[in-house]
Amino acid sequence: MADTMQFDLVSPERRLASLEATAVRIPGTEGDMTAMPDHAPTITTLRPGVLTVETAGGAEEYVVTGGFAEIGSEGTTVLAEAAMPKGEVTADYMGSLLAEARDAAERAGPDGADAAAKRIADIEAVGDLIGVRAS
Amino acid sequence: MPSLKDLKNRIESVKSTRKITKAMQMVAAAKLRRAQDAAEQARPYAERFNAVLAGLAAGVGESESAPKLLSGTGDDKVHLLVVMTAERGLCGGFNSSIVRLARTHADKLQGEGKTVKILTVGKKGREQLRRDWGDKIVDHVDLSEVKRIGYANAADIARDLLGRFDAGEFDVATIFFNTFVSVINQEPTAQQIIPADFEAPEEGSSTLYDYEPDEEAILADLLPRGVATQIFAALLENAASEQGARMSAMDNATRNAGDMIEKLTIEFNRSRQAVITNELIEIISGAEAL
Repeated sequence: MADTMQFDLVSPERRLASLEATAVRIPGTEGDMTAMPDHAPTITTLRPGVLTVETAGGAEEYVVTGGFAEIGSEGTTVLAEAAMPKGEVTADYMGSLLAEARDAAERAGPDGADAAAKRIADIEAVGDLIGVRAS
Repeated sequence: MPSLKDLKNRIESVKSTRKITKAMQMVAAAKLRRAQDAAEQARPYAERFNAVLAGLAAGVGESESAPKLLSGTGDDKVHLLVVMTAERGLCGGFNSSIVRLARTHADKLQGEGKTVKILTVGKKGREQLRRDWGDKIVDHVDLSEVKRIGYANAADIARDLLGRFDAGEFDVATIFFNTFVSVINQEPTAQQIIPADFEAPEEGSSTLYDYEPDEEAILADLLPRGVATQIFAALLENAASEQGARMSAMDNATRNAGDMIEKLTIEFNRSRQAVITNELIEIISGAEAL
C-alpha cells in the first residue's frame, strides 16, 4: 500500500498546491471526510471550510469555499471556487466572503433560503475556527 | 509638389507615429505573456472540471429528471448570443472577426425563424452590432474598468445568464470569442454553453465514483459553476488573443511607418537636390548673361 498520494488544489485562476500527501481532510457538504491513499473513488461537493493536507513534512491548511473534491485512484484533486492558505486569510477576505453570501441569500428564492443560510453559518464557523473575525 | 518644409514635417510626424506603434507593440507583448500565463494557470481547473462534469452528465443525462441546464428547455426558439469582444480597438481584425461570426450565426438563426437576442461583453462588439442589430441587444457587460480578468467577472456574467435562463428569456445560449492559436492566428469560435454540450467521455476510461450527496444534487450544484468556468476560459482566451492580435497589428504598423519614412526621405532628398540644381542654373545663367 502506498504511503502517499498526489494531492492537487486548484482554483479557477491558478493551481495553489500540488504535493504528496499522506491524508487530506475535506470539508464535504455532508460532513468532513478524510481521504487517505487508496480511498474508494468518491466525488463530493464542498462547503465553506478548512481543508487540511497532511504531508510527511507537516500539515498545511487552506480555507476553501464551494467547489468539489475528486478522490480517485491516482490521488485527490480539490477544485475550489475560492481557496487561500490559512495564514493569508485576513479579516477583509472573510468579510467579503460573508458579504457575498449574504448578498446571495437576499437574492435566493424560498427554495434556496435554507442553503444560503447554511452557507452564511458555514462561513462564520470558518471564521471562528481559524480565529479571524470578519470585519 | 510639396515643399521641403512640408516633407520634413511629414517625416517627423510619421516618425512619432512609428514610436507610438512600436511602444504599443511592446506593451502588447508584455501583456500577452501575462495573459498567456493566466490562461495556462486556469487550464488544470477547467480540464478536471469538465472531465468530472462530462462523466456525471453521461450518467444522468438520459433520465427525465435531468436538470434543464443539461437537457435544455425542450425548445430552441429563442437563442441568446453572447458576443465577447475587446474594450479597445487597434488590434487588427480581432473584434471584427468575432462580430462577423456572430452576424452569420444570427442571420442563419433568423432565416430558420428563430428569435435572436444578443448580449455583448466588451465595448467594441456593441459598437459594431448596434447599427443593424441594435434592437436585439438585451444587455451589455462593461469590462473597461477591469485591469485583470478574474474568476469573479466570469461568475457575474454567468449569474446574469442563469438568471435570464431561469426567467425563461432564452432556450439556447452560445458564446462567441477568439481562441488563441498563435500570435498571428486567432480563431473566432462559437461555443454553446446552455444547455451544456459535452463530449462524451471515452467508454471504459471512467472510474466508478461514489457520490456524496447523490449524483443529481452534485450535478445541480456543478452545472451553474460549469457555465462560469466556460465563460472564464473564454474570457482568458479572448484576452490572450486580443494582445496577440494587437501585437501583430502594431508590428505591421511599425513596419509600414518605416517604409513610409524611407519613401518620404527619398522624396525629400530629391526635392532638395532639385532646389540646389535650380539655384546653380540660375547662378550660371546669370553669370553667362554678363
